[in-house]
Amino acid sequence: MRKLFVLCTAGMVMLPSVLAAETAPGDVVFGDLGAVEESLTGTAGNAEAGLEVATTRSLGNCLACHVAEGWAHMPLPGNIGPALTSVAHRYTEAELRGILINSKHMFEGTVMPSFYNVDDIIRPGDGYTGKAATSVEPLLSAQQIEDLLALLQTFDEPEEE
Amino acid sequence: MTLRAKMAAGLAMATALVFAGSAQAEPNIDPNPDVTELVINGEIPITIRAPAPDHLDGALPEIYSGWLYRDASTREMEMDDFENPAMPFVDAGIEAWNAVDGSEGKSCADCHGAIEEGMAGVRAVMPKVNEAGALWSMEDYINDCRVNRMGAEAYDWDKQPMKNITAAIAAQSRGMPVNVAIDGAAAPYWEQGREMYYTRYGKLQLSCASCHQENNNNFIRGDHLSQGQINGFPVYRLKQSALVTIHNRFYGCVRDTQAESFAKGGDELRALELYVASRGNGLSVEGPSVRP
Ligand code: HEC
Ligand code: HEC
Repeated sequence: MRKLFVLCTAGMVMLPSVLAAETAPGDVVFGDLGAVEESLTGTAGNAEAGLEVATTRSLGNCLACHVAEGWAHMPLPGNIGPALTSVAHRYTEAELRGILINSKHMFEGTVMPSFYNVDDIIRPGDGYTGKAATSVEPLLSAQQIEDLLALLQTFDEPEEE
Repeated sequence: MTLRAKMAAGLAMATALVFAGSAQAEPNIDPNPDVTELVINGEIPITIRAPAPDHLDGALPEIYSGWLYRDASTREMEMDDFENPAMPFVDAGIEAWNAVDGSEGKSCADCHGAIEEGMAGVRAVMPKVNEAGALWSMEDYINDCRVNRMGAEAYDWDKQPMKNITAAIAAQSRGMPVNVAIDGAAAPYWEQGREMYYTRYGKLQLSCASCHQENNNNFIRGDHLSQGQINGFPVYRLKQSALVTIHNRFYGCVRDTQAESFAKGGDELRALELYVASRGNGLSVEGPSVRP
């Protein structure tokens, strides 16, 4: 009896993560100004994994466009977008998640790619091969978005005046 | 803070951080104000900055050759034909120009005369609409002569013999202003090309304008973004140790948006070539040029 009870509680504790299937790109709910409140996976992100995603060309490649103290060890970051060093002060968690998923809701017409989106893609390619894609997957996985979010939340250096 | 204020703060900071202590300034201004002149071999002056053509409607305040965005050592290589690594290919192209080929026993020179005379000014007006009303790139005119007048085989668009002869022909127009026609029979092709230029292709959803209009003079990773002008083509790319054709460059830029790219020598890239060439109307023909 006691054993059964323990099993049940364990089951209940595990339930949320078991049931919390990933939110598909088409099911993401954007709030005011493009913020996304709910985690895409229910599993907290890992900032270290996020750094890998941000600095790998075939993944987020964020440093192609952004300077950030958090990847100051990498050579030649670009300057197309704003510096991200203090970005955790400027945006809430939900706002940052929204920017990562599809920044076009917040910044109309921005050149920043939408990293968790499959809509309105013209001539989707198979990565960087120049060939047609056989199926259109988002640029990053749901967990990679949460990992990037964990990383950006560590970008909390004081803003310069 | 309002969202707008937040964004402004972010942008201001980015600008402060990135540009602090450097000669870089805002996008869309002269990328190299200290550099005033490109003169090849001490005798061919090249117009590297010019007023934007009217059709750009203010989209760019001024137009700049890609040469202006390169570092001093790359720029210098283009000032002297002995230093320009593309010149051996020009020599090979001139040799091909004078060589008999095909079933009719003719060379290019048999019909057109010396390349310096026959081909002067040709690069400056390409691509252009042919007598049948189709838009042709220089490669098409070359292959038309080879196949229909010489009885020779067509050159592959993106292979060495074609690159040699287009480099040799471009070199005969160095210093002349690019002046492609965009009206009359060319107008529908030009419209098609303009549409393509502003279409955000691929999974990264980026257009030519995203990089070369909105962000020219910014850096994408280590690459200093130019206006993507084609007055310098074919270009010798030091990274590839090879001549690169216009369509090869376009193919690569579209591919890099994670898109299904367009065929080299296809109708789409011809139309895009016309439009991009027209954005450089007023710059000098500079090919074959040197790029990193
Ligand atoms: C092709 C360029 C590009 C890439 C790649 C890119 N961004 Fe951006 N990003 C921008 C631009 C431009 C803006 C400014 C928004 C606008 O257009 O007004 C921006 C804005 C942002 C902001 C808001 C910053 C602020 O202060 O307002 C965040 C956060 C951000 N990006 C994070 C990322 C992350 C993380 C990645 C990689 C997963 C990434 N970006 C990849 C171009 C890019
Ligand atoms: C993701 C960014 C990006 C996009 C989108 C892009 N390009 Fe580029 N392009 C580059 C980079 C980086 C270079 C190398 C640096 C330079 O010359 O600007 C380049 C170079 C060029 C050059 C060579 C210029 C020279 O002087 O050697 C041309 C021409 C060009 N691009 C045309 C285009 C056209 C046309 C399109 C759209 C079909 C396009 N690009 C889209 C990034 C891009």
